[in-house]
Amino acid sequence: MPKWFTPLAGLCAVMFAASPVLIANAPYESTMGLVQKIFYYHLPSAWIFLLSAIVCGIASARFLFGGSPRQDRLAYAAAELTVLFGAIVLVTGPLWARKAWGVWWQWDVRLTSSLMGWMVAWAYLLVRKYGGPGSDKLAAGLALFGMANVPFVYVSVNYWRTIHPATSVVPTLPVDMGMALWFSVACFLLLFVLLLRLRVHLEEQRARLDALYLAVDD
Amino acid sequence: MTLFKRVAAATLLTVSLAGLAAAQQPEPKQQDEFVPVSQLPPQDQLPAAPLLVTAYAFVWVALFAYVASVARRLSRVQREVERLESEIKRGTRA
Repeated sequence: MPKWFTPLAGLCAVMFAASPVLIANAPYESTMGLVQKIFYYHLPSAWIFLLSAIVCGIASARFLFGGSPRQDRLAYAAAELTVLFGAIVLVTGPLWARKAWGVWWQWDVRLTSSLMGWMVAWAYLLVRKYGGPGSDKLAAGLALFGMANVPFVYVSVNYWRTIHPATSVVPTLPVDMGMALWFSVACFLLLFVLLLRLRVHLEEQRARLDALYLAVDD
Repeated sequence: MTLFKRVAAATLLTVSLAGLAAAQQPEPKQQDEFVPVSQLPPQDQLPAAPLLVTAYAFVWVALFAYVASVARRLSRVQREVERLESEIKRGTRA
């Protein structure tokens, strides 16, 4: 692992431990009250969910057209993180919606397209695990669809009538709410970089193990 | 009168009485104006704290579980790598 990994992991742990304090001190939103504080973890995890789908898609495209195993390992790691952060988004969102909207789930375009992106990431992992020989390229094709879905997820709330808030919410936040949000975004972004590096390291070790098995068999 | 007829008659009588009692109840007052959520009676309000705590707990548990899962997989692979490397050095395989 690189030298920067351990100090940054420590920093990330401290930041995550401090984040509830900032969130608790942020002002209450006037109509939703306490439950709106789910927003400070929900939104950053949603952004990381979309970012990891993009990383997975770009790495998969580079693997498909360049054949680099390094890109394939990056895509595999990013797909797993897409599933992780997607699960966080899809659980925290309904918990907030139950109080704010009165329903757990609504089949509107933002929620449905997010669910679809999450299922594409799951499909990627399942194809990699059970697809047999050639599954890496098949999964890479799936990742391109997952990446193509990302802009649709993001802009959907601005073009369709939906119960979900539009993308104009963040720029209009008051300073105290904005500080807590951007601190959480920094926490999740740092965590994403660290987890991605850790997960790529696991794939590198697996590749090394495969090479060793081949060497022993020869 | 057979037992079946007695049970059927008793059921019919109970249902009729229940229907009569329901018909005599005054209709509930229609709500004709907007009531803010914060002014709803306590039994109609959904508490926010359990939802908030569940959301944050889920995030922390999911992240811890994932880190633990990657660490476990990594240590297993590294043990196997070390074992094979030592076997290659010795020139044998178990």
